[in-house]
Amino acid sequence: MSNASDVKHTKFYDYHVEAGGKMVPFAGYLMPVQYAGGIMQEHLHTRDKAGLFDVSHMGQVVVDGEGAVAALERLVPVDLEALAIGQQTYATFTSEAGGILDDLIITRWSEHCFFLVVNAACKEQDIKHLRKYLGDLEVTYLSGQSLLALQGPKAKDVIGELTPEANELLFMNGFHTVIGGIECYVTRSGYTGEDGFEISVKDENALALADQLLAYDEVQWIGLGARDSLRLEAGLCLYGHDMDVSKSPIEAGLNWSVSRSRREGGSRPGGFLGSGQILKHLADGVAKKRVGFLIEGRAPVREGAEIVDNQGNVVGVVTSGGFAPSLQIPIAMGYVNTEFCAVGTTLDALVRGKNRPMTVVKMPMVPQRYFRG
Amino acid sequence: MGETVYTKDHEWLVIVDGVATIGVTEFAQEQLGDVVFVELPDIGALLTEGDEVAVIESVKAAGEINAPINGTVVAVNEILADEPELLNSSPEEGGWMFKVTLDEDYDISELMNKAEYQDYIAVNA
Repeated sequence: MSNASDVKHTKFYDYHVEAGGKMVPFAGYLMPVQYAGGIMQEHLHTRDKAGLFDVSHMGQVVVDGEGAVAALERLVPVDLEALAIGQQTYATFTSEAGGILDDLIITRWSEHCFFLVVNAACKEQDIKHLRKYLGDLEVTYLSGQSLLALQGPKAKDVIGELTPEANELLFMNGFHTVIGGIECYVTRSGYTGEDGFEISVKDENALALADQLLAYDEVQWIGLGARDSLRLEAGLCLYGHDMDVSKSPIEAGLNWSVSRSRREGGSRPGGFLGSGQILKHLADGVAKKRVGFLIEGRAPVREGAEIVDNQGNVVGVVTSGGFAPSLQIPIAMGYVNTEFCAVGTTLDALVRGKNRPMTVVKMPMVPQRYFRG
Repeated sequence: MGETVYTKDHEWLVIVDGVATIGVTEFAQEQLGDVVFVELPDIGALLTEGDEVAVIESVKAAGEINAPINGTVVAVNEILADEPELLNSSPEEGGWMFKVTLDEDYDISELMNKAEYQDYIAVNA
């Protein structure tokens, strides 16, 4: 663990403070949990206009070298061979026991070169993991690189003025471009359920890029608090909460993240860490699974709350929960025994000794608005 | 109107004829952020100083309110059930939380007056 003296700042630290950011330690960095507007306002702003997120604490890593496809495919249950240059995929680093070490986005930069964005709290462990298994390949941590996300329905208007070709990108695709003289790598992706972009930029140009984005009236800084409520509404997992090394991607409800070709009957089945267990989970089913909930009433149900059936038996636990600003009701996700996973199942969460009725719903709770052409 | 006194947990009390009206301060609501739910005590509940008596849930987190004084709950602010945001917009008036009849020998000598509380938050903020 790091102590207070080595808490890091991103390049945007002064901008956050100036915008009224309430700075809190997060994964070794001082990050804004909210700004002057507050979580509710920031959340709704992102759904309505364009929110700017500093995600520079996340790990940006490049894997390069002949054999990168096969080597990386040992660590993720994804078809990287089929990934086009400039295309991205969601992936999990699986453990030997079939759990999840981290989740990440992989972008193919060229035939043998991949760009990875990993969670801040896991990045050191991830880099060790990559170096351990990708001995012959170059694994480079881009320590001098910042990352911004611009999310929301107006993001395309802003980016479209600064670099018009970006609007032709489909969801989960990226390209190298220049914004006001600044070289960046722009992808159409994000963690809010909205259409939006992530922009990787050299540290020395980071503030100048932010200035260009913040020059638009519809762009506003958004903190980690709203980032959490936005991703929860969008049904997206938070590593360390909704998944971890004790859960397989199948238990986490991420079956879609295991490529067809890597499954039984596919062209290259298995061959990734934990594939025995994960393919078994796919074939035989799992005992517990991640589902989403709408909560009755207004009381939020938070991480750690026990879930009970109508007889009062404990059948699960909440892993993320809070008030959903876009729906104006509390929502949650959690793990329950598979017999209670069906949409429409009614269960109770225990909050301070009171039963809070809730219903299993399909995720996302707020429709995703990705741009797929 | 009685004098307003304050606790180190950022609650305020106005005591009139042995009945204290209790809520949280402007400073507390700023710290909490957007309030979305308030869980209030039952009328008739007997409070001992330090007991958890209410919970304020913001978008961010749950904050517990402990009884600042011994007594019996005689009223709760029912409006907060439908308008929890009153705690943000008017924490020291419309957003009051509950009223307590105090034991006869109540003692508020440990609580702060307005000036003392202002100094306290200036140091502890």
